[in-house]
Amino acid sequence: MGKDKIIEGIAEAIKKSVIGLPDDVLSALEEAYEIESSETAKTQFKAIFENIEMGAREVKPLCQDTGTITFYITAGSSSPFLSEFEDILTKATRRATEITPLRPNTVDPFTHKNVGDNTGRYIPYINWEITGGEEIDLWVLPKGGGSENSTALAMLSPGLGVDGVKKFVIEHSSKVIGRTCPPVVIGVGISGVADLSIKLAKKLLLLPIGKRNEDPKIAELEVEIMNAINGLGIGTMGLGGDTSVLDVKIDYSHRHPASLAAGVAYECWCDRKAHLKIKPNGEVGMIE
Amino acid sequence: MILELRTPIKDEDIYALKAGDVIHITGKMVTARDAAHQKALGFRKEGKEIPVSLEGLAVFHCGPIVKGKEVIAAGPTTSTRMESLEADFIREFNVKVIIGKGGMGDKTLKALEENTCVYCSFTGGCGVLASNGIKSIEKVIWLEELGAPEALWVFNVERFGPLIVSMDSHGRSLYKEVEERARERLKDYFKE
Repeated sequence: MGKDKIIEGIAEAIKKSVIGLPDDVLSALEEAYEIESSETAKTQFKAIFENIEMGAREVKPLCQDTGTITFYITAGSSSPFLSEFEDILTKATRRATEITPLRPNTVDPFTHKNVGDNTGRYIPYINWEITGGEEIDLWVLPKGGGSENSTALAMLSPGLGVDGVKKFVIEHSSKVIGRTCPPVVIGVGISGVADLSIKLAKKLLLLPIGKRNEDPKIAELEVEIMNAINGLGIGTMGLGGDTSVLDVKIDYSHRHPASLAAGVAYECWCDRKAHLKIKPNGEVGMIE
Repeated sequence: MILELRTPIKDEDIYALKAGDVIHITGKMVTARDAAHQKALGFRKEGKEIPVSLEGLAVFHCGPIVKGKEVIAAGPTTSTRMESLEADFIREFNVKVIIGKGGMGDKTLKALEENTCVYCSFTGGCGVLASNGIKSIEKVIWLEELGAPEALWVFNVERFGPLIVSMDSHGRSLYKEVEERARERLKDYFKE
């Protein structure tokens, strides 16, 4: 009984996430529109705002690409639902596909067959972290294909240092963000481990826009990269304009002396996500 | 200039369009992504007709969400994925408007000029706005084998847009101009 209620609660959260954007994203888009000087870019912003209004009014997904359903979990090891949680998330994904509806986005790479319900081998994509306590903290990130296709990894020579990472992020972004539905949010992971750098980069996309790193030197680098990319004039939807990036966020791990991995991940303007808590009594609460 | 075009679209109407114009389309529009482009061109190669004539129509790079007879959301997908196929597609099927997002490359730009066709941008992520211009589904082709996102959907549209003419039939591409400017600015940034 408790399990069905959780499945329904998570499915509702997935649905909600693809229909309306979080407040921080809406404010960032409005601020970008206010300072935009390009007429073409303004037409794009207007279409974006009209689309957001229509989505809310008609209760329909803002973008037809409702993404690969991705979850970030910080699970209390004493949660009574831990052992069943993968099954719960898979069923919630199926249910959300039905009630929203989501576009079926799971295709077998060999046969090209679409499963039809957004589940499949290793999908939904679940990232686990275990902590103490009885609650499960859950983020839903419906990750669109267009933004995912711009993800990149560079294994740099450590001698290049953080400046090398900065150069890689700016150069790569200059080539791809026009196709990533800008204005985008960028996550940068610095590590010695290839997959960890991407993992850090992607997880940063969950943070609210405008939240700077607590370390002032990293915060400064975030702003520097953002200003550099915006200065290129790629603009909304790559048609030219003042804002191509709403925010840049950086995280790091300690690295192997011989390795410097730079991972960069992108989120389109349609920055959809939901944050929930699952209590030990089975109650599902949305965190605004 | 803001214009309204009706399908089948004539060459002279396309020829009159300049990069930066905003247009709306009324009539028939078909969706085609990577798989549908490949399949349609494959048919041509074997001398077979595809089940719908695309003459004078608009092609939309889009994988919609459809529920029963209703189009729920139908914004554009990234057009560069179709770059290797689009020039042949334009020539073989005589389509007059390509709609997508993010722009296309030189090969397509040349094909637009040679075949009097334009590439238009619809704002990415605006799936509900797009679906409001789609009045009905006329038919769907290759749904079983390609799946809903990749199938070829034939839509009846009314004032579908706004569409920005971002690559015209006179060799001008707004994307190319933005990219060239960004490249120059990037060089300056790292010189300082």
